[in-house]
Amino acid sequence: MTVPPIVSDVDRSVEELRIADLHGFYGESHVLHGIDLSVNRGELVTLLGRNGSGRTTTLRAIMGLLRQRTGSIMLKGRDVIKMQPHKIAHLGVGFCPEERGIFSSLNVEENLLLPPVVASGGMSLDEIYEMFPNLAERRTSQGTRLSGGEQQMLAMARILRTGADVLLLDEITEGLAPVIVQRLADVLTLLKSRGYTIVLVEQNFRFAAPLADRHYVLEHGHVVATVRSDELESKAHVFDEYLSV
Amino acid sequence: MADILGVPVQVLMGQLLIGLINGSFYAVLSLGLAVIFGLLNIVNFAHGAQYMLGAFAAWFLLNKLGINYWGALILAPLMVGAFGVVIERFLLRRLAGVDHLYGLLLTFGLALILEGTFVHTFGASGQPYAAPAQLTGGINLGFMFLPWYRAWVVAASLFVCLGTWLLIERTKFGAYLRAGTENPRLLQAFGVNVPLLITIAYGYGVALAAFAGVLAAPIFQVSPLMGSNLIIVVFAVVVIGGMGSIAGSILTGLAMGVVEGLTKVFWPEASATVIFVVMAIVLVLRPAGLFGKQA
Repeated sequence: MTVPPIVSDVDRSVEELRIADLHGFYGESHVLHGIDLSVNRGELVTLLGRNGSGRTTTLRAIMGLLRQRTGSIMLKGRDVIKMQPHKIAHLGVGFCPEERGIFSSLNVEENLLLPPVVASGGMSLDEIYEMFPNLAERRTSQGTRLSGGEQQMLAMARILRTGADVLLLDEITEGLAPVIVQRLADVLTLLKSRGYTIVLVEQNFRFAAPLADRHYVLEHGHVVATVRSDELESKAHVFDEYLSV
Repeated sequence: MADILGVPVQVLMGQLLIGLINGSFYAVLSLGLAVIFGLLNIVNFAHGAQYMLGAFAAWFLLNKLGINYWGALILAPLMVGAFGVVIERFLLRRLAGVDHLYGLLLTFGLALILEGTFVHTFGASGQPYAAPAQLTGGINLGFMFLPWYRAWVVAASLFVCLGTWLLIERTKFGAYLRAGTENPRLLQAFGVNVPLLITIAYGYGVALAAFAGVLAAPIFQVSPLMGSNLIIVVFAVVVIGGMGSIAGSILTGLAMGVVEGLTKVFWPEASATVIFVVMAIVLVLRPAGLFGKQA
């Protein structure tokens, strides 16, 4: 990693995100059944669980992309349950969707510059290109011509420019080569050291375990277990029960 | 004077010019449809009526307020565009997320109401609108006579098309439009006010129709049904170019005008149908249109 980590002095006792009794619906089907969770500033928490357990839906609900939702989502002290997605983004939230969402009608640099700046303190373009040199080389390529790994880098990089300090990351390692996964782990370690608050939806427990402060395990739209990083061994049975296929 | 393929040069050039003028209208109108379809996913059947509103706005500005052609060229698109903003904000927005068919029905109904109201008030026959004094007359090019106003129509249309293309392909605002066309929800999650973007896009598309209407006023008469005759051909042009393609709609519009003009020379009976024949062939060979992305 060429970018030196800045040890930030964020107040880690501040609650950045608190979700209480969150219910979510896709049309007739009730998919979230009263999710409760909280994330402090500077923390990295994961949402673990099998496919269909409600992890992605929870992120989409926080972002306002799930239209039918009830309960309370406090983001930086504001209840965003009735807020439109663009207003939520301007509270300082960056979203990296599961399908990466690279725009094919935009080149790499246009993709990178697309999200509006929502707060001061974002990374500069130079800093981002230093962190992801591949993107600099391919800045004029069409966004969707990049490899899967490069597209994932781009999807991450573009929310780092905006000044968002709460990052919602959905399955960022899915389908990527081990060397790229390692690189993403380095990036997350750096972001954590800079005081970013991160909610990570993951399948890859071995990727998430060394990075996270806490793990929320979801099943059928409920939080069924919470595991702190120092409880990984004592609560190993939780992962066997809810994550093994 | 020499003949080309047995056709006098004057006739050929004359029809080419008419083709280019019609093509200019097709280009501006299909461009507006493409902008609207891209972001709203709505086939704007009111486009012909909005083109007619542009021409009538110019007529009103001149006859009631004494504002000349040049003022109307700016004001009429703004007025009709503002009307479009109201339509989007209070009617079309409610159809977001439902089947395409509802948008089509709503805009088609709107066109019928607008055209019916104008026919009722002004009768189906047209009102004359004189070309601006600066653009009367023309120049003899040796092989044909080129009226200044017709040359102006082609130039102004190309200018507006090129400007719109640059706006969409080369600016940050255009990047929002392109991204919003692909994935509006994600764009909104990045903090862009997509509902506002959609309103602006519809207003702009409608303003383009009105601009074409003002350009058309001195050439055709200002009549309530001037748009309904034209819009069917414009829809065929959009299908040929590919729904939602910006450059495609401009180039196809111009090309189809010229194809139509040339057909008038060599096979006059077919000139009214040639664009639909091209459309049928394109639909068979490239269903997404010449410039559309193959699904």
